[in-house]
Amino acid sequence: MPALSIILWLPVACALLGATASLLGRRTGVVEAVTLPAGETSLPGNPLNRLSTSGGFALLGSLGALGLAIGYIADYSPGSHGLEHVTDVVWISELGIHYKLGIDGLNVFMIGLTTLLFAAAVLAANLREWERPRFFYFNFMLAETAVLGALLAQDLALFVAFFDLMLIPFYFLTGIWGRQPDRVRATIKLVIYTLVGSLLMLAAAVATGVLASQQGGGHITFVLSSLEHLPLSRGSQEWIFLFFAAAFLVKMPAFPLHGWMPDGYKAMPIEVLMVFSGVLSKIGAYGFLRIVLPLYPQAAAHFQTLMLLIALASILYGSVVAFTQTDTRLIAGYSSVAQLGFITLGIFSLNPQGAQGALLQMVNHGLVVAPLLFIVGLLARRAGGSEDVRDMGGLALRAPVLATVFLVVALATLAMPGSGNFVGEFLILLGVFKAKLVIAIIAFTGVAMASVYALRLFIRAMHNRLGNGAESRELSVSDGLVLVPLIVVIVFMAVYPQLALHRSEGSVKAAVASAHTDAAQPSGEKVAGTSASLPTVVETGGK
Amino acid sequence: MSAILATAHLKGPHVDFAGLSPLIALLGGATIALLAGLIRTRWVRAQVVPALSLIALGAAAGLSIWQWNEGKSIVSGALRIDDLSLVLNLILVAGGALAVLLAWRSLAAREAAHGEFHALLLTSIAGMSLLAAAQNTVALFVGLELLSIPLYVLCATELRREQSLEAGLKYLIVGAVGSATLLYGLAMIYGATGATDFGAIANALSNGNLTTDPLMLTGIALCVVGLGFKASVAPFHQWTPDVYEGAPTPVTAFMAVATKAAALGVFLRFFDIALVSAQSTWGPALAVLATITILVGNVGALGQSSLKRMLAYSSVAQAGYMLAGVVVSTRLGIRATVFYLAVYVFMNMASFAVIVARERETEFGDSVQGITGLGRERPWLAWPMTISMLALAGIPATAGFTGKFYLIDAAVSGGYTWLGVAIVIGSMISLGYYLPVIAAIWMRPAPAGESASLEPSSPLGLPPAPIEGLPVLAGGSPELDTQPRSRRAQPEVLIVAFVAGAATLFFGIVPQPLFDLVHHAGSALGGLF
Repeated sequence: MPALSIILWLPVACALLGATASLLGRRTGVVEAVTLPAGETSLPGNPLNRLSTSGGFALLGSLGALGLAIGYIADYSPGSHGLEHVTDVVWISELGIHYKLGIDGLNVFMIGLTTLLFAAAVLAANLREWERPRFFYFNFMLAETAVLGALLAQDLALFVAFFDLMLIPFYFLTGIWGRQPDRVRATIKLVIYTLVGSLLMLAAAVATGVLASQQGGGHITFVLSSLEHLPLSRGSQEWIFLFFAAAFLVKMPAFPLHGWMPDGYKAMPIEVLMVFSGVLSKIGAYGFLRIVLPLYPQAAAHFQTLMLLIALASILYGSVVAFTQTDTRLIAGYSSVAQLGFITLGIFSLNPQGAQGALLQMVNHGLVVAPLLFIVGLLARRAGGSEDVRDMGGLALRAPVLATVFLVVALATLAMPGSGNFVGEFLILLGVFKAKLVIAIIAFTGVAMASVYALRLFIRAMHNRLGNGAESRELSVSDGLVLVPLIVVIVFMAVYPQLALHRSEGSVKAAVASAHTDAAQPSGEKVAGTSASLPTVVETGGK
Repeated sequence: MSAILATAHLKGPHVDFAGLSPLIALLGGATIALLAGLIRTRWVRAQVVPALSLIALGAAAGLSIWQWNEGKSIVSGALRIDDLSLVLNLILVAGGALAVLLAWRSLAAREAAHGEFHALLLTSIAGMSLLAAAQNTVALFVGLELLSIPLYVLCATELRREQSLEAGLKYLIVGAVGSATLLYGLAMIYGATGATDFGAIANALSNGNLTTDPLMLTGIALCVVGLGFKASVAPFHQWTPDVYEGAPTPVTAFMAVATKAAALGVFLRFFDIALVSAQSTWGPALAVLATITILVGNVGALGQSSLKRMLAYSSVAQAGYMLAGVVVSTRLGIRATVFYLAVYVFMNMASFAVIVARERETEFGDSVQGITGLGRERPWLAWPMTISMLALAGIPATAGFTGKFYLIDAAVSGGYTWLGVAIVIGSMISLGYYLPVIAAIWMRPAPAGESASLEPSSPLGLPPAPIEGLPVLAGGSPELDTQPRSRRAQPEVLIVAFVAGAATLFFGIVPQPLFDLVHHAGSALGGLF
């Protein structure tokens, strides 16, 4: 397989190429300016004829990255838990920062998810006309590179840099191309909220590197594998943990820190929201697994109950608000809050089953929420531009394919047995069940509530009487091009979740190992028994 | 008596011209620029004089590089030519050269008669260079005055604008108070230690039991206050917003980057050499001052509609960040501060160049309206401004991120973790004013008023009607050119914006050259960890 730098920089390089080609084309008049009315209507005909230069290059870049990611998944040998395809170059020697990338079971599927959703979103974006397309696609692809960078980074400082950088393209994407009322205010709110967390994380990351090397007595380093062997004192771990948790919980968003979410979700263009909700929210959860649990195990054990309560609050709050909302985007948004609550719950069960379920659920939720949001966009077009469920209804009338696709997504969202989400939530709850019984019991209600909001959205949009001013129209071919691959992958993950579970098992166990022992020690629980039972869990979960 | 005189071996002091050469280049350049400004040909004054100052700055930079690794004391120990002072020289020269380019065809340079303007600018840089190399308290004070007095005048060079005069006067009064306080502090330190030399002060401090001596402590406190005025450290920063806003923009740009570099340079040298053994005394106090500065600067910048005023408050906050490197008094701290100073030149120059360009192009002056909708109209101006704002906020992939990372690193390893946290809290607040600027550039349409200014009759950036009976100025009467001015900013302004923006981005991705540069600066001061 080629070096990881290629998959990392391919998207932004393609965007730059596209921008250059488009500029040169405009100069020399080679590329015909596409003269289509701006607006949300997707036009019939072969969609490839309408590719703009920069959009085409962006699509090429995202598809190339997707192809590489599939290669990495196929190449990844199940059972191994070390880093593969490592690139390790000293970036800033004075600060001990390395440009170190690597793939292991924790990030290999996240990379697959990221590239898949970005490819789908870029395809979806190509179905529309954008003002200033060069700048739009540049930001879009820069976002993909930054997200991939955060996932691939095996150096704490590099991770922080990409994590912070991630937000800037979304700032532009929302602020410039977002929906009109209040988009600038919503964007600034979103960026300040999330960057506040990120900056706290910056201080915490620097402190980790400096304090760890001071205690270890060596030269300063930020490489994760070295930091794991330089444990911090308990006191430092605790405040650093809180700073990291703030960054990750805002990004998700989790219950008390979700203030930016409603405005942000309402302002973003739907294509941008697909990747924002599908991928960026998971980076926070991924950060817990990649950084927090291995580096600050004592603090993770210490704050376990607090984090579980936050997760529980997110599940309950997100679910309840989701079935009171009428804005379809916000239904999706609050359901994400609830789903990410489940993921956090799994991670902070601090045992391998819960963490594996969380990892699986990250992929599953990303796969589900992106098509859900895309369908929301389709529904809005059929309901005369309104995204309110009260204006919809009866849309299934002449659109059986759309209804079927929507039903698959809705059923996956509510974690129907047989879906990949069911396996994920099952593992999560199993993990929590072992760690904190009461919390697991309350969390079960979240599963029930998920079916309420998912089915409510489906019924109100697709069934009942045809809404006023709404028309029932079938899925167009080009929209199908975006949706069908995602549906195929959802079905595939439902049939064969072992693909992800087997490949991630080793890495997840390694990630939670030290936190698991720290959490188990105070109560004197036996460690050996729990991890030995894992393979059987995987088998039963798949059925 | 006469016999003694006869036998005494009279010989002149040894003058190390090589060590002094950067200073000589600057002061010689100032003289030549002043003389060339007397030539009555318009072209010579407007074009040759700035070119001469650029040559002088280039010569100073070249001579500084020539002196690299020399590491010697000159003028009987008054000045120290080491890598710290040379790196600061380069930073000052870079800031000065960019300011000369911005001032080239500015109103300020024309009104003050070009020769004088550039001579004052070069003299001020010479003062800063002297300050950066000062090794005893006398040289320190002389350098500080040589820096300040030309600046007082430069602030007031737009003679017909009341605000400019007000800025000059305000700066003069506040600056004089600052200088007096500093002088008083230096005198007290002399009284306590009996020495003016930094090394001797350090010896006296570590040998005697002076770290608790009230005279010494008062002296240190007064020095902090005096230098705090120059570096605009809160609560001695009140002059900054008014002066920055009122002064001609090229002068503001120069003050923002060069004065800051010189003032922090002397902070480094004075506190980390002379007073280093009393670090446990002034360290915490200075750390608290840094925290206050960070908070006051960042909160003050919120909601400002004048970009220059906003950048003034932001420069207060940035001074607070950089003080963190002084507080810890380690080599790492010095490196981090010097690194940030170097980066700071580019970050700030990019935005000031854009402000200059927009002042000349629109009728909005430095108001945020002037840059609204810039992303669509003038992407070549919008990008440098955007990069500069992102860098000042400390976003990755810009040099500002690396600089902030370095400073936090220095603070944490110096045992001031909470100061590192204060820096990030300050950065959070700063998002509240940097991001709206970017939003104005990219996300809002250009104001409608601008189309009105397209009419050729509109007095774009021209001075108001000349005041009757204005005294004839040295170097000829001020030229009031009434020829139609182009609506586009001059190419050199665009070049400054582009170069500074590109450098900010470049050093964010490839910071190693800057790290190599500051590495030696950190090792220049002995006795530190």
